[in-house]
Amino acid sequence: MASDDVLIARIAQGDRLAMQVLYGRHHVRVFRFGLRLVRDEQVAEDLISEVFLDVWRQAGKFEGRSAVSTWVLAITRFKALSALRRRKDAELDDEAAGAIEDTSDDPEVSVQKKDTSDALRRCLGGLSAEHREIVDLVYYHEKSVEEVAGIIGIPENTVKTRLFYARKKLAELLKAAGIERGWP
Amino acid sequence: MMAASTKIVEQEPGEIELLLPWHAAGTLNPRDSRKVEEALAHDPELARQYAVIREEYAGTIDLNESLGAPSVRAMLKLFAAIDAEPARKPRASMNMAARLAGFFASLSPRTLAWSASLGAVVLVLQAGIIAAVLMNNRPASFETASLSINEPITRDLAAASSPRALVRFAPDARIGDITALLDKYQASIVDGGKGGMFRLQFANAAMSKDEFSGLLSRLQNEKIVSLAVATP
Repeated sequence: MASDDVLIARIAQGDRLAMQVLYGRHHVRVFRFGLRLVRDEQVAEDLISEVFLDVWRQAGKFEGRSAVSTWVLAITRFKALSALRRRKDAELDDEAAGAIEDTSDDPEVSVQKKDTSDALRRCLGGLSAEHREIVDLVYYHEKSVEEVAGIIGIPENTVKTRLFYARKKLAELLKAAGIERGWP
Repeated sequence: MMAASTKIVEQEPGEIELLLPWHAAGTLNPRDSRKVEEALAHDPELARQYAVIREEYAGTIDLNESLGAPSVRAMLKLFAAIDAEPARKPRASMNMAARLAGFFASLSPRTLAWSASLGAVVLVLQAGIIAAVLMNNRPASFETASLSINEPITRDLAAASSPRALVRFAPDARIGDITALLDKYQASIVDGGKGGMFRLQFANAAMSKDEFSGLLSRLQNEKIVSLAVATP
């Protein structure tokens, strides 16, 4: 099976088949990462084509300093933040308010169900965008400290402490929902 | 809640504590991984926190996996955009990655070509699966994977008994070509992959038997179609 690096090199030469294979490998993760950031399926789908069109156009400039998947996630993040900026401020405010309400409501429902894993999922969804992003990159996309630093554009020590405080926030949300996990 | 917040603010993370999530995900370098394992073996408090982290790790994967996958619309939009891009001239000077690619290509071009072809088939298969899922999820209608990218058309399945065909595409058929063909024939992939055959459904439910035979003949003569036969 061709490696991602080989595919990128072929894409740089205009090989559409290589592009199709690379797309097949990464588009679901790109979609999910984007969706967790923008929280809108339509926008997340639009992001996919924008991200991979950038990959198509920029493949010749890819120098292999990071994994292709890391590079693609970095592009996704940039596109997602741009998409969020394009929204009207009022829309953002409404959504932020909605997200906060959801966060406080959902864990209560979970408490009633006494379902820790369900509460965990809901509280993970209730984290801020900054915290959701780093949790996803480390746990779901399995990125190292260095890779996360590269994707987000922050120092490695900040990566570590940001995830720590994301986890603290998660613990707070769970505690508010009546879920005690023995930490902190 | 207030007390918990205060407690949280007061705690300062240690070096090893900060690395626990990466240890859980298996993305630490061997040296750091050893350090974490040694600390976990001697610090019950840290081990308790690690158990919590593993729950978070599993929960995050669970959450992301529940998000599903994008529709075929995203792929169609991408490749339509790529088709609209100007043709790319081969670059005179290739970077290291390209040279590496050339090296591998010289070793096993058939392997790479096969991988790529398989990927293309997987993508087409996905289009079929998505269409099938759409049909299952929406009993009365489904969204085509073939027509206008910006304006998906929803058709009423309950009222129609649209003609269908089993089609095998040529091995070198490209996604863009297949998409164009589906558009041309007003068809959707509704099932596929079995034995390399794809089940196409045509939008025109009012076709006579002769008209459908004519359509199948035209389809069979398409360059990217190896086989086209009627199917229930």
